[in-house]
Amino acid sequence: MILNIDPAVVDWSRAQFALTAIYHWLFVPLTLGLSFLVAIMETLYVKTGDPEWKRITKFWMTLFGINFAIGVATGIILEFEFGTNWSNYSWFVGDIFGAPLAIEGIMAFFLESTFIAIMFFGWNKVSKKFHLASSWLTAIGANLSALWILVANSWMQYPVGMKFNPETARNEMQNFWDVLFSPVAVHKFLHTISAGYVTAAIFILGISAWFLLKKRETGLARKSILVAAIFGLITSLFLAITGDGSAFTVAQKQPMKLAAMEGLYKGQRSNGLVLFGIPQPGKKAGDGQNNFALKVEIPGMLSILGYRNVNAFVPGVEDLLNGGFKPEFQNVSPAETETALPISEKIVRGKLAITAFGDLKKARKAGDEVAAAKADSAMKSNFAYFGYGYLKTPEEALPNVPLTFYSFRSMVILGFYFILLFILVLYFHSKNQLQDKRWLLRLMLWTIPLVYLAGQAGWIVAELGRQPWVIQDLLPTRAAVSMIETASVQITFVLFAVLFTALLIAEVMIMTKQIKLGPKDGGTK
Amino acid sequence: MFESLSLLTLQQYWFMIVSLLGALLVFLMFVQGGQTLIFQLGKTETEKKILINSLGRKWEFTFTTLVTFGGAFFASFPLFYSTSFGGAYWVWIAILFCFIIQAVSYEFRSKPNNFLGQKTYEIFLFINGALGTILIGAAVSTFFTGSQFSIQKANLAEYANPVISQWQGPAHGLEAVLNWHNVALGLAVFFLARILGTLYFMNTVDDKNILGRAKRQLLINAGPFLVFFLAYVIALILSKGFAVDPSSGMVTMEDFKYLHNLLAMPLVLILFLLGVLLVLWGIIRPLWKFDQCASKGIWFAGIGTVLTVFSLFLLAGFNNTAYYPSTYDLQSSLTIMNSSSSHYTLTAMSYVSLLVPFVLAYIWYAWWSLNRKKIDAAEMESDEHAY
Ligand code: HDD
Ligand code: HEM
Ligand code: HEM
Repeated sequence: MILNIDPAVVDWSRAQFALTAIYHWLFVPLTLGLSFLVAIMETLYVKTGDPEWKRITKFWMTLFGINFAIGVATGIILEFEFGTNWSNYSWFVGDIFGAPLAIEGIMAFFLESTFIAIMFFGWNKVSKKFHLASSWLTAIGANLSALWILVANSWMQYPVGMKFNPETARNEMQNFWDVLFSPVAVHKFLHTISAGYVTAAIFILGISAWFLLKKRETGLARKSILVAAIFGLITSLFLAITGDGSAFTVAQKQPMKLAAMEGLYKGQRSNGLVLFGIPQPGKKAGDGQNNFALKVEIPGMLSILGYRNVNAFVPGVEDLLNGGFKPEFQNVSPAETETALPISEKIVRGKLAITAFGDLKKARKAGDEVAAAKADSAMKSNFAYFGYGYLKTPEEALPNVPLTFYSFRSMVILGFYFILLFILVLYFHSKNQLQDKRWLLRLMLWTIPLVYLAGQAGWIVAELGRQPWVIQDLLPTRAAVSMIETASVQITFVLFAVLFTALLIAEVMIMTKQIKLGPKDGGTK
Repeated sequence: MFESLSLLTLQQYWFMIVSLLGALLVFLMFVQGGQTLIFQLGKTETEKKILINSLGRKWEFTFTTLVTFGGAFFASFPLFYSTSFGGAYWVWIAILFCFIIQAVSYEFRSKPNNFLGQKTYEIFLFINGALGTILIGAAVSTFFTGSQFSIQKANLAEYANPVISQWQGPAHGLEAVLNWHNVALGLAVFFLARILGTLYFMNTVDDKNILGRAKRQLLINAGPFLVFFLAYVIALILSKGFAVDPSSGMVTMEDFKYLHNLLAMPLVLILFLLGVLLVLWGIIRPLWKFDQCASKGIWFAGIGTVLTVFSLFLLAGFNNTAYYPSTYDLQSSLTIMNSSSSHYTLTAMSYVSLLVPFVLAYIWYAWWSLNRKKIDAAEMESDEHAY
């Protein structure tokens, strides 16, 4: 039997979760967006009665189906991994985290999987209207799947609406609506689904551009481009707005993540926003090195974005590590704006909470109510730092700064580039010059990989930026894992890597083949 | 409405919901059973295509039911989720593997340029059907036979190893298939799934050759199913069980516990017997009056399966029984009382459960719309989305 948790099992479990989540996120955004775009196209068909729109709908729907299947295949493993690899987590927060997962199954997955069958097999069996309704219901189902899982994930970033119960050794839900409508959840949901919409819009633009470059199916391509570019422009603007909202909630609720996103070590009032920068390689907190080898900054901007106040103080990594500043968070209780503790102190307080929890358990067992009451109050007054107690050194509380920084920059820069691209496409489309602008068509095609990159970068910011926490401040990865041999996780990691990679290759090969084959002449049927 | 119910009532309500989902899952595994019959029932490419397509319109339901079963179990009995999945790691991972490879196979199988080749995807479907059913059956059987784990909630205070649920066997779940009881239930589920698959084909496929072979398959699979199922049930009734003292929560071994449970809960006994009879009726009728009854067998056997499995789950968890027993440390055994979510969460979830009838209704309507006509060779020619 293992007596101590082997740090390697934590790393491998993280790697496995990251691998499977990244694979899932390769397919999900396209499902989210394409389902709506297909429904819009079908609506145009039903409204106009033009069989060309039916051909177009069916063409994109075929691609949707191929992508959907593999999204489902990669999703199931994520759900069960919470149990298999994060078993301690599953009990510690299962009372809150399990509910959204179950609601997702009941509310969303059934909706999606029922009506998708009608979408694909119902063309000649149900009425036009019912078919159209099914396409919309599939899209709604897909987006509801996103809602519930993102509520769950947001709660991990910002645990609200719950209370620790020492009796059961877990956190218990106190208010469902606090969990559902937390500001983090609202922004995360809106931002993530719009990322899906933009992904699908660019996917359609890129493939249509390829048809125009090959001078095939130009009618289909032009019509698809128009729909996708309008949809894409609206949603990408919305993406930028919700991205700003997300960054604001990060600044307020996860200041360490924000510091990492900005590569900020020493904060100041009226902090500038780094537009472009190269973080100093090898920089460590407190080593006195400059944090940037090179940077271009907009003065005061970070204070405005993060605190909606140009004079606000934005703490950097070292400030958070050493404490001693007064946070200026908005809409929080006075307790949360008390002078920040150094992390070393938080670790001490966390250990007090954990030890008090142990004492409480012992006292209860022994029936010693006096000792129990004492332990209970010690635990309560230190509970906010519970998770810090599991850390060995203050440095463990720091995420990987350069990776978070670069990922964040890539996402944001790409986000503005996409807006520009949609505008350009619409402009040349309206002038009827799109087919002659071969550089633009090539650019559209080559933007497809970039949109996937942006989405992955977003998750890297969100998930790596919050390290070492699985539940912010309450549970570090080290205390969340299952007690299994490292070798087991290594084996399953390799198995999943091989299997998912094979399936990805198959998917891409099938997709490209279907695109090359082009739409079938299904319009007349 | 649900707020006023006691915690115990909510726990019982949720155990029934989870049991119902499990029971529906076993019924819906006709898809898995059908997948293992593709090579036996379909001799030509067209026949295979008909079979795969008739299953291909249903596999998502089975899959989604599995996912929802997992989610509902997590939400209502999180300690089971963390103990079993995190402990019996290899069994669950193997099951997941079987389902991952299924999910892509229908869509990818007949598409040009599919990298692994058509045959591979058909083998994936076979593996899912065979191994998936056997392993799920074996895993469920541990509800009666027990596993080796310990649970110490105070572990959370151990800095070096705060893990609450710890598995005590090096095989991490694989040991389940070394116990003949578990294997017997696994095989019973496997053959039952094949029977249900056959009956499903009889219901949806319009093809003389296939139906002729299906009739023979029904007979071939009925024998082993009965042997394994009866052996399991008899052994279960004779075996010791894990009794819980409701006031102290102490777990002890009790002789003939599951027999006692049946007698103490006559309704469960009736459901169980009715379920078994319906399954048998669903098998026998088509064998003997094929032309009139073949297409209805699935309904009898299907409803029978749901009732039987549902009552087996209740047998495992109701009447003061530990539903996920630990043979390593009896007092670590999970009961519906000590493993559930809080009153608040169960209440919130109960409101969500009111959606279930609505979900069932639209599923029913959608199936009905798609299934008004049987699947035949002509449709396979004309349907562009055929798998
Ligand atoms: C097509 C993809 C895409 C694009 C172009 C953008 N994002 Fe994004 N972003 C995502 C896709 C994404 C995402 C994958 O959906 C994430 C990961 C986690 C999340 O909540 O959404 C995300 C996360 C995420 C976060 C972290 C949230 C957290 O940690 O909880 C912030 C602060 C932003 N984004 C901000 C922006 C801004 C200001 C953008 C400028 C236009 C932007 N994003 C464009
Ligand atoms: C750890 C996190 C996640 C888990 C546990 C998870 C779980 C699952 C599961 C089990 C499925 C298969 C459902 C079925 O049977 O039909 C699935 C599919 C899906 N998931 Fe995830 N998921 C996660 C992350 C996400 C995220 C972040 C999104 C969107 C924002 C998302 C959106 C979807 C969608 C739209 C589907 C439908 C299939 C597809 O799109 O390919 N999931 N997910
Ligand atoms: C589908 C998109 C997602 C992607 C691409 C993604 C990415 C990642 C990555 C890269 C990690 C590893 C971070 C690290 O260990 O350093 C991670 C960890 C994790 N993520 Fe996500 N994630 C996604 C969605 C989610 C969602 C929706 C949830 C929760 C519902 C979630 C929960 C977790 C958990 C529990 C861990 C493990 C603990 C940890 O390492 O922090 N993830 N994810």
